Amino acid sequence: MKTPAIMGHVLLALAPGAAALAWFFGPGVLYNLAVATATALLVEAALLWARGRPVLPSLGDGSALVAACILALALPPLLPWWITALGVACGLTLGKHLYGGLGHNLFNPAMTGYVAVLLAFPREISLWPAPRPEGAVSAAEALRYTVSGSLPGERIDTLTHATPLDRLTTGALSPALHDGTLLAGAAGVWIWVAAAFLAGGAWLLLRGCIDWRLPLGVLAGTAGTASLLWAVIPGAAPPDFHLLTGATVLVAFFIATDPVTAPASRGARLLFALGIGITAVAIREFGAFPDGFAFAVLLMNAAAPLFDYIARPGTVE
Amino acid sequence: MKSILRNGLWTNNAALVQLLGLCPLLAVTTTAVAGLGLGLATLLVITASSTAVSLIRHRVPRDVRLPVFILVIATFVTVTELLVAAWLHEIYLTLGLFLPLIVTNCAILARAETFASRQPVGPAALDGFATGAGFALVLAVLGAGRELVGRGTLLDGAEMLFGPAAAGWTVTLVDGDVFLLAVLPPGAFIGLALLLAAKNRLDSRD
Repeated sequence: MKTPAIMGHVLLALAPGAAALAWFFGPGVLYNLAVATATALLVEAALLWARGRPVLPSLGDGSALVAACILALALPPLLPWWITALGVACGLTLGKHLYGGLGHNLFNPAMTGYVAVLLAFPREISLWPAPRPEGAVSAAEALRYTVSGSLPGERIDTLTHATPLDRLTTGALSPALHDGTLLAGAAGVWIWVAAAFLAGGAWLLLRGCIDWRLPLGVLAGTAGTASLLWAVIPGAAPPDFHLLTGATVLVAFFIATDPVTAPASRGARLLFALGIGITAVAIREFGAFPDGFAFAVLLMNAAAPLFDYIARPGTVE
Repeated sequence: MKSILRNGLWTNNAALVQLLGLCPLLAVTTTAVAGLGLGLATLLVITASSTAVSLIRHRVPRDVRLPVFILVIATFVTVTELLVAAWLHEIYLTLGLFLPLIVTNCAILARAETFASRQPVGPAALDGFATGAGFALVLAVLGAGRELVGRGTLLDGAEMLFGPAAAGWTVTLVDGDVFLLAVLPPGAFIGLALLLAAKNRLDSRD
């Protein structure tokens, strides 16, 4: 399959997850997607022009669009437009074109952009709107916040809530765990989102767009590390929590599977994917950030050549 | 003489070409004033130690020259640290550990070993000064860039370095943080990389 065809498949496969996010968290997701894709096309065209490359053929390969959509879906569904735009611009510039463009980049552009804005705007990136049914972000309110970055009065405080991962970081999760209500209520929303991304990812697997080792490795690394920590450390979250909340499924099927930034050989891919799951759960349980997948992906991207080196003489695909 | 200056400041710049002394370079350049402060302290140490190393170059046995050079450098670092602590106490508090750590800056030892220990006092002092000035320049520029992008200010805290008269030098372009990434550690690496790229671009035009 050629690059534009693969990218088209990936965009289509992201649709269920995007729809689930938009259904539960409001139309802000769609605004993020619009801002991200518009920025991606502009920035990609400008960078290609500045590097003296043909603009239209490279723009048509869809890789910038895919990176922008993944980034938009990873960001909170209520975000001022300039943060989304800056994330896309940083990702494509620092993560892709400074390394020589598609095929030469060491780091996943979407995750580069995500980490850039996560570190630069910690407050905004930690604001997640409350999901359905308690959340009621109207289209007009979401649009207003996206455009201006503020809402009148204290409205923004009533709209936002602590995600399950936020509660894990602040140590407020334990009671819910013991009541067995973890997967009901607000956390239940995340199961639907995870299932929607899983459906898209499974379709990509069936169509042969992605290597099964990568999602399997991420999920196995996440589940294995989470089980170990759950058994050993009081207050740690159970493995199903780690598998179903946050960015786990999105990363497993859409981010770790980036053929450019994953290792080339089969064994190395398995190690790489396991490493992402292990690192992410460790950051979630011990780190200061609610979700650790973006950092885990970048770290393992940097280690990808090492994995290839370790895994020789595995066949290079 | 002109070539020594040009070498230290541009062609063979300690930070941008030799990539020496990166630890302090990356760690303290969160503001222009902090960068300039450490840059000036390094400039002082490197000029003095290059001069001293050149003066004693015929008396130092070859086998123990490196420990001797380090001792000379450490002496001047201690002197500089005490001077800064006495006269510029707020800068001293800002720079913290990185002031005594100047002694581990390989750019200084490199100048002592490759230049000052083989040259007369005049060129050695000039070489130390040029290298130090080139290093200080990069620190100040990187600090200014990161401060501007990260916090939207320039020369914040100038009174720490230049006295109370400089309190009004601070330029505030934007209130509050702008792009916080720039003043965080990754911003140092990205900023230095952009400076390197800019220098290579300028050089390749000639």
